[in-house]
Amino acid sequence: MLTVRNLCKTFHAGTVNEVRALCGVSFDLPEGSFLVILGGNGSGKSTLLNAVAGCFRLDEGEIHLGTHNITRWPEHRRARLIGRVFQNPFTGSAPSMSVAENLALAARRGLPRRLGWALSKGLMSEFRDRVKQLEMGLEDRLGNAIGSLSGGQRQALTLLMATWLKPALLLLDEHTAALDPKSADQVLRVTEAIVKHHKLTTLMVTHSMSQAVNLGDRIVMMHKGAVAYRFAGADKQRLGVEDLLARFEDLRRRELLDETAAALLEETYV
Amino acid sequence: MTLLLGALTIGLILSLLAMGVYISYRVFDIADITTDGSITLGASICAVLIVRGVNPLLATLGGFAGGLAAGTVTGVLQARFRINALLSGILVMTGLYSVNLHVMGKSNVPLLSGTSFMTWAERLGQTCFGQPEVDLLGWPVSARDLVTLLGALGMIVVAGPGLYWFFRTELGTAMRAAGDNPQMIRALGVHVERYRIMGLALANGLTALSGALLAQYQGFADAQMGIGMVVWGLASVIIGESLTGSRSLGLAIYGAVAGSVLFRLLVAIALRWGLNPNDLKLVTALFVFAALVLPQLLQRWKRSAVLAQPRS
Repeated sequence: MLTVRNLCKTFHAGTVNEVRALCGVSFDLPEGSFLVILGGNGSGKSTLLNAVAGCFRLDEGEIHLGTHNITRWPEHRRARLIGRVFQNPFTGSAPSMSVAENLALAARRGLPRRLGWALSKGLMSEFRDRVKQLEMGLEDRLGNAIGSLSGGQRQALTLLMATWLKPALLLLDEHTAALDPKSADQVLRVTEAIVKHHKLTTLMVTHSMSQAVNLGDRIVMMHKGAVAYRFAGADKQRLGVEDLLARFEDLRRRELLDETAAALLEETYV
Repeated sequence: MTLLLGALTIGLILSLLAMGVYISYRVFDIADITTDGSITLGASICAVLIVRGVNPLLATLGGFAGGLAAGTVTGVLQARFRINALLSGILVMTGLYSVNLHVMGKSNVPLLSGTSFMTWAERLGQTCFGQPEVDLLGWPVSARDLVTLLGALGMIVVAGPGLYWFFRTELGTAMRAAGDNPQMIRALGVHVERYRIMGLALANGLTALSGALLAQYQGFADAQMGIGMVVWGLASVIIGESLTGSRSLGLAIYGAVAGSVLFRLLVAIALRWGLNPNDLKLVTALFVFAALVLPQLLQRWKRSAVLAQPRS
């Protein structure tokens, strides 16, 4: 269970570049559910994900995961509970190291790392089995540097790495946005399979309406650093891409109205 | 022959330095100038302890520990205080100059008194060969020098695979990943800053160990002996890479050792042919410059050659 309460974050506070990235975001994510966070550019959706991952200190608010209050935990400590896949396929793995070594690093996520041999025999056969399930033919390339693989292959492996030890929470940050359509589909299929198989609590950020409609059991739509709409349960199931587009259009119109209203007020009173 | 033996021995001793530079330069992508100070620190701690009559093994370990500490300071400056990597190295190197003078109490400590590894080598040479001169493939060489060379070789045969083994452990792979992709390994639960500090400590520890052995071999420690040593280490690593043509871990470590020995041999030959010793550092720097720039230039030439070809 992930509980997010009143998250606030302003970057570059007190300067001309001040950005209010998060303004009082709250939501609950019960164990085993899949939340899709939707929003346009600059809506704060990635910032929200980074806040949960612990990439920066919050100005206000609390984050609880399971029985832990992780608000003040640094990023590397949260990694014990959280698996993560990044938008950039190059971010999730160490390029000069082999596929097997990358997996071995993931197999110790959040665990103490000692002077034992990283690639034990037992581990290698486990790698082969689980990489085979990706159906990308990578089980024969475990010794290759991961930097020599394609973006889609790397992203699928990153997904496998993030979930190698079952995480209490899986974070997916637009993890198919940088891939070609075919690889994106493949990675999405792998995502669904893994999430279903381990019954993972998942938080996915995307700007793809169709992904939001097809995946997950609830949606949070963000706008200007705050939650604009929420859908869950039967509402979410009924939701189509057109409905989401309509809501986006609403948001856009409201914004335009805000600006013209402000201009009107200015003309009248200043 | 004596010259060759000497060059080989120094090359092997300095290959510890090359391994240290490999860690900072290739694993963490930092040109760590702390090296210049820590090699002298290792030498001066070891020399002072030996003169005081401490067992040479303990004295050498003392030098190693000094390097660990110096590397830790550099690492802390980078990781905790967010000081630019190059600047952290410069600060610690500069500070170490005074520290080294304090350790030695003067700018040069000769190892005339006290037992060093060289004393052991001399004794061992006596017992093994029964005479101070040995016939090696027709050349007379000093038994002590031969034993020293074998000792240095033995040390590298342990240290090289040891480093390789370390970098294949859970801890060592995580350290390599911390250099390769910090964001990724942080998301896998590694305190990247701590690993960086550990890595720099290890790098400078090896460098200082090299300094401790060098001081014993040449019979003195000197406040100036560290100048330009990081460039020397870089030269070794780069030569090693072009020798093995690979950046894979095992070959890279082997290459650093081979590069160090080869470079020392080249220098010995150049000096023998009349290279002014004063020009040595300049030549080394030019060499590293060329090694860094040539691959880029070659690629550019290749590309422009391809572009210049008429299209069919």
